Amino acid sequence: MNQEKFFYDNKIPRAFAIACIFWGVVGMLLGVIAAFQLAFPILNFSDYFPYLAFGRLRPVHTNAVIFAFVGNGIFTGVYYAVPRLLKTPMWNKALSLIHFWGWQFIIVCAAVTLLLGFTTGKEYAELEWPIDILITLVWVVFGINLFGTIFTRRERHLYVAIWFFIASWVTVAMLHIVNSFEFPVSFMKSYSWYAGVQDALVQWWYGHNAVAFFLTTPYLGLMYYFLPKAADRPVYSYRLSIVHFWSLIFLYIWAGPHHLLYTALPDWAQSLGTAFSIMLILPSWGGMLNGLFTLRGAWDKVREDPVLKFFVVAVTCYGMSTFEGPMLSLKNVNAISHYSDWTIAHVHIGALGWNGFLTFGMMYWLIPKLFDTKLYSKKLASAHFWIGTLGIMLYAIPMYWSAFRSYFMMKAFTPEGQLQYKFIDIVQTVVPFYIIRAIGGTIFLIGVFIMVYNLIKTAKAGKFIASEEANAPALAKEYVAPANSIWHSLIERRPLLLLVLSLIMVGIGGLVELVPTFLIKSNIPTIASVKPYTPLELQGRDIYIREGCYNCHSQMIRPFRYEVARYGEYSKAGEFVYDHPFQWGSKRTGPDLARIGGKYNNVWHFNHMLSPSSMESATIMPSYPSLYENKIDKASTISKIHVMRKMGVPYPDGYEAIANQDLDKQANEIVADLVSTDKHIKISSDKEIIALIAYLQRVGRDIKLEEKNK
Amino acid sequence: MKFSTYLTHITGVKIYPIISLLIFVVFFVLVIFWMYRLDKNEIARIENLPFDDQKN
Repeated sequence: MNQEKFFYDNKIPRAFAIACIFWGVVGMLLGVIAAFQLAFPILNFSDYFPYLAFGRLRPVHTNAVIFAFVGNGIFTGVYYAVPRLLKTPMWNKALSLIHFWGWQFIIVCAAVTLLLGFTTGKEYAELEWPIDILITLVWVVFGINLFGTIFTRRERHLYVAIWFFIASWVTVAMLHIVNSFEFPVSFMKSYSWYAGVQDALVQWWYGHNAVAFFLTTPYLGLMYYFLPKAADRPVYSYRLSIVHFWSLIFLYIWAGPHHLLYTALPDWAQSLGTAFSIMLILPSWGGMLNGLFTLRGAWDKVREDPVLKFFVVAVTCYGMSTFEGPMLSLKNVNAISHYSDWTIAHVHIGALGWNGFLTFGMMYWLIPKLFDTKLYSKKLASAHFWIGTLGIMLYAIPMYWSAFRSYFMMKAFTPEGQLQYKFIDIVQTVVPFYIIRAIGGTIFLIGVFIMVYNLIKTAKAGKFIASEEANAPALAKEYVAPANSIWHSLIERRPLLLLVLSLIMVGIGGLVELVPTFLIKSNIPTIASVKPYTPLELQGRDIYIREGCYNCHSQMIRPFRYEVARYGEYSKAGEFVYDHPFQWGSKRTGPDLARIGGKYNNVWHFNHMLSPSSMESATIMPSYPSLYENKIDKASTISKIHVMRKMGVPYPDGYEAIANQDLDKQANEIVADLVSTDKHIKISSDKEIIALIAYLQRVGRDIKLEEKNK
Repeated sequence: MKFSTYLTHITGVKIYPIISLLIFVVFFVLVIFWMYRLDKNEIARIENLPFDDQKN
């Protein structure tokens, strides 16, 4: 057969690798800052400007680590491994470049807009609609390039790593599109198409599967390529990898509702989430063991080779978090972990251990290859390994400890039947754990700096190979399958079939989970006293979303004695039917706010937002002085009401025209109340704080009205 | 209009989840069945795909 000559391009993998490491440093640094903010509120700098407060910084940290660090890590691996596995260059260089620069542009846009307060208020999907569209376009470019390469391949068989890349691509596309249905109000503001319970379900179906198909399956693809390469032996069991692949992508998609246990989500959906989460242990551990057993007979190498050290801990962390995940989805365990630091520990075992260490291992292997040299210092890499491991432990252990400590304090009652501790007592006792955690994060970051130094030295010592020559025969047009091959090998030879089957797998799981909630009215019982927000409250709610309050405050009281005693009547599904988007939150660094309305008077809120520590000396909440300067964006009221009505919120026809009159009236009433209660207060009724007070005083009150009327 | 409106108009929409479950069970049985029937030489070739670039 005629050998054809072609070249593998190394420039794009190098570009993605640099971007991955650069954004990794940025994302982790932001994480360290955010961690210290929780211990020392002064680091929010919120007395000077609102841009760096925890509520805005934390989404930048999460988005940077997930989509910038891990995202560029995936693309580094894909652009290096896929051409080599298929014996062809990437299909189109221009598309590769558009993909690279487009993705970096999105990251910059994301960081800037999130700090400026443009957010949809949905975790890990905070980016506003123009950026969502940009992501879709760049993702399609990536897909075209990936499939173009696959279609022009010289190796008929698709190696298992490529299945994972294909499934990840198609599922992320589906998740992103479904969860990003939003109705634009203006250039950088939109409302989620879904409301309340439905929004929560879609969001966590997305959130869970973003973990699955962005942080896990593409990285499994990397594992199946780079681990055998580094260990210089094939994967332990190719058979196992087939079962691993299909069962993982099938089961993962169903498990989303385990993020909403004990919430107002219908029970059947909660149980479905739990059941599938437990089943997930099997494929996850199958994959983990497949990775670890690949090192059979090569464990002596692990002592010597830092690349393998990183891989072993990465795969072990994958095993740990995929065991922990199903445990957390058991209702009784979830009762402890949900809203607590346990979740934070869990995701960081995944992010620092699995994604972080796998990326580092890949870089230590790849950069010397790209620069045709040896790693500058194995010793430094080993030092990085130990420092990183120590960082993970110092991060995770205090978080586990803090979670249990706060759980026991939350549920403690005195013999008289009163709650033993106030929320602020609990905050105070976990602050030391926040400090240790921040130190753990810092240590992990120091390790990364050591890696950066080591890799720069490596690159300088070698010479970059921009393209590598290779030879392979063209794909024979008439293919005769081996005698015993049956239908699965057919799938493995047909990328489009694989794509379609993967989509069917994840699509049906998603539909069965999501559709019934949209279909059956009884899932969301209507409550007569629940009314749409007034224009002022709506504006206040948008300020609440803008400042990222949901990053620390939940709005979802679970039906436990200790929660009802602390916060009030537990939340009902019907209370949220006008909440576009829902604001249930996922973490209680501050108390739940589902029944905050009417709990304190207006003056309390007024003073508290200006200087939280004046009301509660031990608080770690940042101040929000800018709300007392900024004016309510009244020009937007009309389009906001209009869009809400389009989505089914029952504002009367033509209400837009008089909405701002109602807004002024309510604002004046609040100011009158403030001034009459405290004569020192001077504020005009057009300031943002007035809208926020109006909103906070409204949250959770409809139910209280219902009870009064009984 | 909400998309749920269209879904309610599908006759017998309730059977869909059962059908999909059956599809999956059958699919998995087939995958496992196939897995055991794989040709060893073919596996050895496929497993070594990541190492092909070193041979050139």
